[in-house]
Amino acid sequence: MIKLEAIYILTGAMFAAFAVSHAFDRTNSRRWRSTVFWGSFAAIMITGTWLPHLISGALVILMAILATVGLKPGADTTTDAPTREASAAKLGNKLFWPALAIPVVTVAGTLLLPHWRIGAMPVVDPKQVTLVSLALGAMFGLGWALRLLKSDGTTAAHEGRRLIDAMGWAAVLPQALAALGGIFAAAGVGKIVAALATDTIPMTSPTVAVVVFTCGMALFTIVMGNAFAAFPVMTAGIGLPLIVGKFGGDPVVMSALGMLSGFCGTLLTPMAANFNIVPAAVLELRDRYGVIKVQAPTAFLLLFFNTAMMALFVFRHGPP
Amino acid sequence: MLVLSGIAVVVLGFALRFNPLLVVVAAALVTGLTAGIEPLAVVELLGKAFADNRFIAIAWLVLPVIGLLERGGIREQARRLIARLHGATAGRVLSVYFLLRQISATLGLTSLGGHVQMVRPLIAPMAEAAAERDGPLDQETREAIRANAAAVDNIAAFFGEDVFIAIGSILLMRGFLAQYGILVAPFELALWAVPTAVLAFLIHNARLWLLDRRLARRKSGA
Repeated sequence: MIKLEAIYILTGAMFAAFAVSHAFDRTNSRRWRSTVFWGSFAAIMITGTWLPHLISGALVILMAILATVGLKPGADTTTDAPTREASAAKLGNKLFWPALAIPVVTVAGTLLLPHWRIGAMPVVDPKQVTLVSLALGAMFGLGWALRLLKSDGTTAAHEGRRLIDAMGWAAVLPQALAALGGIFAAAGVGKIVAALATDTIPMTSPTVAVVVFTCGMALFTIVMGNAFAAFPVMTAGIGLPLIVGKFGGDPVVMSALGMLSGFCGTLLTPMAANFNIVPAAVLELRDRYGVIKVQAPTAFLLLFFNTAMMALFVFRHGPP
Repeated sequence: MLVLSGIAVVVLGFALRFNPLLVVVAAALVTGLTAGIEPLAVVELLGKAFADNRFIAIAWLVLPVIGLLERGGIREQARRLIARLHGATAGRVLSVYFLLRQISATLGLTSLGGHVQMVRPLIAPMAEAAAERDGPLDQETREAIRANAAAVDNIAAFFGEDVFIAIGSILLMRGFLAQYGILVAPFELALWAVPTAVLAFLIHNARLWLLDRRLARRKSGA
């Protein structure tokens, strides 16, 4: 059965190739920082399952220190603008196919792989189908692109490294944030924050409870970086006991609009690095918060709308 | 109460613009220590939590493909394609992408998109090329258009996916309510996500129209 472990090793091998590409780049005076940074990450990806957690933790701390000292992009070995223009003129829209094949293979894999069995045994771990499909999509796209451009694996590694260098430490930030979320949960941070909110704000009227709930979902998501982390805490603290229990609200409306209020928070926070900080790095913006700034007006308007919708419709069946 | 100092580290660290990776790792260590865990055990906890979340890094497997295609001129081709389209503007390009991304997300196809696979090689160059037709862009405008492209990818996906009944957030809500003995159909939860989805489309597309107006004014003002 293909499990995530195989995909971790594949991903780790790619990062190891990036590290090697840095190690051999004599033009970069600070190549060892990048080599050690990506090498550490590759080591955790490949061996994380059985490497002592103390060593993984130490490697993460080492990576944070290297990121702070500063990573420098390696030598740019890509093609120049006229070459790319000529290549685009020659290949035309064929260039799009390998890129579009990635999501198509991912979706097809997600739909088909669960049905692929040898005997009674599923070939791909059913719980991991989406991520395995994504990896398949990436490999399929890579094969197609290599054929189309008559290129080789070394060039692919250099080009991948060029992109990861453009992002630098931002590429590992989502994983570090997810780890922080785990530690917050282990330390019981969520419950304390919810208790603070319920103890300090007198929720005597249904409308106040709704406003505290939706804004609380957004705020808590801003702090935790994830609406999924905020939802259980806020719903157990305010949504169920007050909006549903005390004031007789509809749990469906409370949950659906509560979650969407959390999504408004996701648009506003650097803690949701995947959506907000990584794209700023991917698109090479000088302002780290550039994407958040664009999203803010839409997020605030939608939060207001969600709150109004909930206040209007959650109590539509009357008091208990 | 003391365990909240980790949150203080995060807020202060981001506000003072320290390196975010350092801020997050420091917050993790501070939270563990103030929760009364032994220092070495905190490092262990951090290592385990980081290793447990390795699935997040799988998305980077697309980097070599996208890098190769960029080498082959995919961004230039995206620009050429848009340059031939009459009436294309940055705002309109992004509106069309918003519509496609939101509709595919309502069908559960959230992987049809993404900042690395779609926005960087295709959508951002298209929007930039559309805006460039009436003259060169300064760096600030170029980055504003790119930031808008990234925002469209996020907003369209967030307020589309919740209309799909088998998406993670719907399953989470349903499972959580079930723990409290409240049984709801996924369809009901998805239905109440529709008004916000429609409004998200209207609000954000109005803002893209305003973006076009700002870009047009910049041209005529120059």
